[in-house]
Amino acid sequence: MNLAELQSPQHREHTFGLIDETAKREIRRATLKAVCVPGYQVPFASREMPLARGFGTGGLQLTLSMIGEGDTLKVIDQGSDESVNACNMRDLITRVCPGVEPTFKTEDASIFQTRHRIPETPMREDQTLVFQVPYPDALVVVEANEARRVQMHGEADYARLFVKLYEDIVQYDEITLSHRYPTRIHGHYIIDPSPIPRYDVPKLHQSKQLNLFGAGREKKIYAVPPYTEAKPLEFQDVNFRVEDHLDDSGRRLTCCKCGADNTFLDELVLTDGSRAYACSDTEYCRRMVMQAKAARQTEGGTP
Amino acid sequence: MSYVAIKGGETAIREAAELLQVLRTRGSAQGETPLSPEAIEHQLHFLHSQVMSEGGLYDPQLASLAVKQSLGDPMEAAFLLRASRSTRPRIANTPVIDTRKMRLIRRISSAFKDIPGGQMLGPTPDYTQRLFNWELLDESDESFRDKLVQWAEGLGVDSMAVGDDSPLPKVLDFLREQGLVDDAPDPCDEPFDITREPLVFPVDRSAALATMTRGQQGGIVALAYSNMRGYGDVHPTIAELRVGYVPVELAHPVTGEPTEAGEVLITECEVIAMYERADEAAAQRTGVGDTVEIDPEAPPRFTLGYGACFGHNEAKAIAMAILDRSLQKGMRDGPSNPSEDAEFVLLHIDGIDAMGFTVHYKMPHYVTFASDLDRLRKTQQQHADKQQATEAESPVTEEVVSP
Repeated sequence: MNLAELQSPQHREHTFGLIDETAKREIRRATLKAVCVPGYQVPFASREMPLARGFGTGGLQLTLSMIGEGDTLKVIDQGSDESVNACNMRDLITRVCPGVEPTFKTEDASIFQTRHRIPETPMREDQTLVFQVPYPDALVVVEANEARRVQMHGEADYARLFVKLYEDIVQYDEITLSHRYPTRIHGHYIIDPSPIPRYDVPKLHQSKQLNLFGAGREKKIYAVPPYTEAKPLEFQDVNFRVEDHLDDSGRRLTCCKCGADNTFLDELVLTDGSRAYACSDTEYCRRMVMQAKAARQTEGGTP
Repeated sequence: MSYVAIKGGETAIREAAELLQVLRTRGSAQGETPLSPEAIEHQLHFLHSQVMSEGGLYDPQLASLAVKQSLGDPMEAAFLLRASRSTRPRIANTPVIDTRKMRLIRRISSAFKDIPGGQMLGPTPDYTQRLFNWELLDESDESFRDKLVQWAEGLGVDSMAVGDDSPLPKVLDFLREQGLVDDAPDPCDEPFDITREPLVFPVDRSAALATMTRGQQGGIVALAYSNMRGYGDVHPTIAELRVGYVPVELAHPVTGEPTEAGEVLITECEVIAMYERADEAAAQRTGVGDTVEIDPEAPPRFTLGYGACFGHNEAKAIAMAILDRSLQKGMRDGPSNPSEDAEFVLLHIDGIDAMGFTVHYKMPHYVTFASDLDRLRKTQQQHADKQQATEAESPVTEEVVSP
């Protein structure tokens, strides 16, 4: 091989999974370590991806390092398969991974990459959920220096996080952390579960699926393995609370499309200024609508 | 339902990308012609250099393509180079490059009036008056060509064979001979490769230099400037600033002998900073964690900062040299200002990281914002409940309004 050959058009083609094989191997090693030490942030030499930092390059590297021919991939952003970033991510991965099928259906996905949500449909042991993470370290709200944070994690020194929660209660009578809620994994490390709403945090606890977290810009990988404890921080007398989706009179809001009263809802501002609510998990919502339709048809009567 | 608009999906992305092409080609109706990669490399010399430097990839043709494809956005262009680099394995390490062998296009020292080999101003806008050259507004092909022809005729050469091949000694060499600065550190066996290993703090100087050399120009200059203005005490003098081509060698695949594989355009800067006691200078030389034999009898010496980057980027090389010096101080004594804090400097100067995270805020964030709303409404409710409770407890009094 000479220089002219190296510059020829066929060498501009990408290998399967885009990143080179040694890089993939390094990411897999970091991932294995993360699974072995639940909640521990494993540093890795994050590569630049064709998507900008902040758009999910950590999750993307995790997915690309483990995806193979025959895998089925689902990508969501804010719960939706159709969000621009999800489309872009799915398009990129399927383009550089021939033989990988994209899907919208949660139950069909072998690898499920997400930004900001955990799906409503419970996942299985043979599925992997990959999270895109902007801030991997829950301690960053109380300590800016990374070297000091590493030591605090090692010593499970989380006192300042609890003080932060306590100060919230003193000041507002409420823990004001809305998303990225600090969660203790298997009794030691406290993780930032990525900007999922509090509503999704309990789904990490003793989950059937493997949860992998990738922070590309901050160059960290961590994991909540299947059947692992994941407990959001709380006090004995002040408990962790999820978004309750209650209206002003205290009634549970429902989805305007499928009628569900047990899902995380997006608030929609209508053109007349009024508010409506719809399932954030668009695929779940569509399935509920179809099921309801099918049920009506089997009953024999069409409305 | 206005929120649906941001979920445009596949079509919206495709249309947006097409619009970008419309933006780029919008002058074609008036006869505008496309930029060639060569025109970008030559006529946008400094932009091209900046992109290769921040992209961390020396490939003039790809850098031109990146500039063109990104419509001249330097951070986007550098990002394209980086993303391309991620798809390629590392094949080999080159031996240490001796920059004395540089084929110079420019070389100056501000420490001395004259230096062995002479000051060589070369192509620089430093001493031009920044007044508009109106001729360039409507430059003809002919006058464009004449500039080069006239220069070549004046020089008595028939081609663009620029550069001086004869190796010139470094200004530092004779400062070292006189015992004014410390001896050169031993080259490390294996440089820290920031593209293969994560930065885990504290990091060694090799990792810091590698991070800075592909750092974002504006970011590096801003942090170095903070040191110059008083948040630091480097007080640099430029011992030597060089711009030129250095030969890159690789082991020959058959004989194993070092063989020149090509050359790269780089900018290199060595700054001298205020002197320190010899033991401190020695501590600086060995880097983090090593124990130092302190000789209390040793005389004080100047300390050094080093900067080098791909392409022609003088402000960046100077700023990097200043930050190298300030970081060494911070690594030794603990940081007393931002430019001495390795974590602060190295984690914030990467243009690809910083730009990416800044623009990611444009993506939909409505789930997290819903959580924010939930907390705000809840705390507002708590606040209202509390007020109601206190009002119920105590009789309502007239509020006194001051005039």
